[in-house]
Amino acid sequence: MSEAIARFLAMGGYAAYVWPAYGLTLCVLGGLLWWSLASYRRSRRTLERLQGGREP
Amino acid sequence: MNLHRFANPARFMRLSSALLPWCGAGAAALIGIGLYLALFIAPPDYQQGEAVRIMFVHVPAAWMASLVYALMALASAIALIWRHPLADIAALSAAPLGAGFTLLCLVTGSLWGERMWGTWWVWDARLTSVLVLFFLYLGYLALVNAFDEPGRGARAGAILALVGIVNLPIIKFSVDWWNTLHQPASVFRLGGPTIDASMLWPLAIMVLGFMLFFATLLLVRMRTTLIEAKIRVLLLSEIERHAAASPRQAVAS
Repeated sequence: MSEAIARFLAMGGYAAYVWPAYGLTLCVLGGLLWWSLASYRRSRRTLERLQGGREP
Repeated sequence: MNLHRFANPARFMRLSSALLPWCGAGAAALIGIGLYLALFIAPPDYQQGEAVRIMFVHVPAAWMASLVYALMALASAIALIWRHPLADIAALSAAPLGAGFTLLCLVTGSLWGERMWGTWWVWDARLTSVLVLFFLYLGYLALVNAFDEPGRGARAGAILALVGIVNLPIIKFSVDWWNTLHQPASVFRLGGPTIDASMLWPLAIMVLGFMLFFATLLLVRMRTTLIEAKIRVLLLSEIERHAAASPRQAVAS
């Protein structure tokens, strides 16, 4: 089992190229998601405060 | 068709809030399935071995880089010609996402190139034109935010986005027009794809996942901009109300 995992992680000797590519994809997409959602929530909270708790 | 029927921000807010959960769930599901297929199910390439798995993130990112730019230019044209109030917002919301996809395309391509070509970077036509695309996104963002008056920034940005569209066919056909280290098209070509179905399916699912991911964040970002506009209106009306209540104080401050 652990041998299979090790073989998978080794990516046929290309681990140093495949995993950074997937890692960066996760970072960029995750970063865009986090940034977009954070500013969305912030603006919604501000609007709710200005409207005195009423629905935007 | 009356475009302005869809120009109503309130209508957009309703429509987008109905669409968002579906887009988000679809994106998560497709990218999840796509990653599983790309890493576990797709076979290694007979020449490139396991390194070919970089394709499943590189190609979707590359296609999205161009597609998002095309959409941004289209939205800019609609903004310039019809003054559609949501078009500028759409273009500005799309730009950082397109820049992200382009960066992803460049770096994953660099990793792939180092292993397969033996170099991180060459100044060939494909790589250079994609780098130009990245700078077009950055230039657009810098230009739009460079003006005190948002309307003027949006107008200047829209013109830049339209001029920059000339780069898209250069990217697409660079591999045919010039001798590039980059391989020619293997999916969208006359005579059909040259890559095997066992790799084409995971790739197609990843591409759809990236598209829905983009759609989700585009809607979220457009909603954010509309809410911020509403906040500005509310703050201004509050200031005016204060000024009307105590005019002398308002002048003094």
